[in-house]
Amino acid sequence: MAFFEMAKTAIKSVLGKPATRRYPFVAAKVTPISRGHVTIDVSSCISCGMCMKKCPAEAICVNKEEKTWTIDRLRCIVCNSCVEVCPVSCLTMDTVYSPAMTTHSGLEVFNITYVKPEKPKKTDSSDEKEEKT
Amino acid sequence: MSKQIVMPFGPQHPVLPEPIHLDLVLEDETVVDVIPSIGYIHRGLESLVEKRQFPEYVYIAERTCGICSFIHGMTYCQGIERVMNIEVPERAHYLRTIWSEYSRLHSHLLWLGLFADAMGFENLFMNAWKHREFVLDVMEETTGGRVIQGSCKVGGVRRDIDRKILERMERDLKGFEKGLKDMANVFLHDDSVASRLRGVGVLSRADAYDCGAAGPTARGSGVPIDIRMTDYAAYGELDFSPAVVPDGDCYARCAVRVHELFSSIDIIRQSIDQIPEGEIEVKVKGNPDGEYFSRSEQPRGELVHYVKGNGTRYLARSRIRTPTLTNIPSLVKMLQGCELADVPVIVLSIDPCIGCMER
Repeated sequence: MAFFEMAKTAIKSVLGKPATRRYPFVAAKVTPISRGHVTIDVSSCISCGMCMKKCPAEAICVNKEEKTWTIDRLRCIVCNSCVEVCPVSCLTMDTVYSPAMTTHSGLEVFNITYVKPEKPKKTDSSDEKEEKT
Repeated sequence: MSKQIVMPFGPQHPVLPEPIHLDLVLEDETVVDVIPSIGYIHRGLESLVEKRQFPEYVYIAERTCGICSFIHGMTYCQGIERVMNIEVPERAHYLRTIWSEYSRLHSHLLWLGLFADAMGFENLFMNAWKHREFVLDVMEETTGGRVIQGSCKVGGVRRDIDRKILERMERDLKGFEKGLKDMANVFLHDDSVASRLRGVGVLSRADAYDCGAAGPTARGSGVPIDIRMTDYAAYGELDFSPAVVPDGDCYARCAVRVHELFSSIDIIRQSIDQIPEGEIEVKVKGNPDGEYFSRSEQPRGELVHYVKGNGTRYLARSRIRTPTLTNIPSLVKMLQGCELADVPVIVLSIDPCIGCMER
């Protein structure tokens, strides 16, 4: 048994650099695969509703008639499930956390602008592929 | 005999990170009996299993606990895999082992910090959490989440770790271990820590066994129970032995956790050395039909996930038994006869995780 076992570490901490970041003056640490918040590319969403079906928190609502994609940021558990199942990869995971809520509701509504391309008269192979997706 | 009074402890108390209520029956300053009451943060996660498809329930199983989340997800997946007779690739087993051990490191460091805080050693508390940050950074880099990893799925794991990153992880462990040794020295050899913890909240070996203690609480009383020895994930191919300290007091339980930090580092090193190349997941076809009790070793002790499928995408029943619940009778035993001033330290010494316990 001994006294002052902590002294060495304490002196090191006093003389060394701070262990924490000076946030917000220094940006928070993120990695390329960090899960921050879900983002959608409204121009390529085909309203298939897979993200809505596979969301374990029931945070996503896809309305085919009104062409809207709604996410409740307060319900979303940022699990990456929707990003994984999206067949056209229009959902992506941003590495930065969504900002703090200032209202009671965390609903964010996006208007889907995707227009199904009309069947071209002369079909070449690349167009066919697009239609299938 | 002096007059008995009942003193409430919790649900809101500076030492408790989560709500649990204890009615302490006191005679002067001595605790003669304890009546625990739980149920403040019950969320009904087990019944949610009937409303979510079984592959998506992994995310919910993981969120049962905010500390040992990966192990919850893994245990649930193991259960489903056994019901469906899925053979998980070897590499996935090793990756699961690596992440489990990082979870254990992070959980034990968190607890050691809180414990230091409970006995009034603020400097040590900050130091433990500084080391924990290293573990969380590795977690985020390899899985994408600091605390909720989300990298386990039925049939394997979602993410692979590159050879380069694995090698760097192994290199970084050296510096991390050195820092931990300095910190462990304080927990194990400093006189002020020892005089606060020695002989406090003694749980005899027989009592620990009878009360069904689990994890470090049992091992701190000399009961060598460690579910990792039962060969799940890749533990069967790794060489380690459970840390057992026979004294049964708060100091012993603290020592068990400190020793486990180093055994976890050793397990991670072995896993990185032995990890085979290959697939990380297999495709899952069909629905689970049958039942299974899946067991694993959480940082706090034995965790049991019971799953029962009925041939549909939705499970019929899920049941989670967490180590904190089994440690409550031991806690009552420890508290009987102790001084009122020792109650916070003893309550924390079983590492109560109430979110887990009440699900």
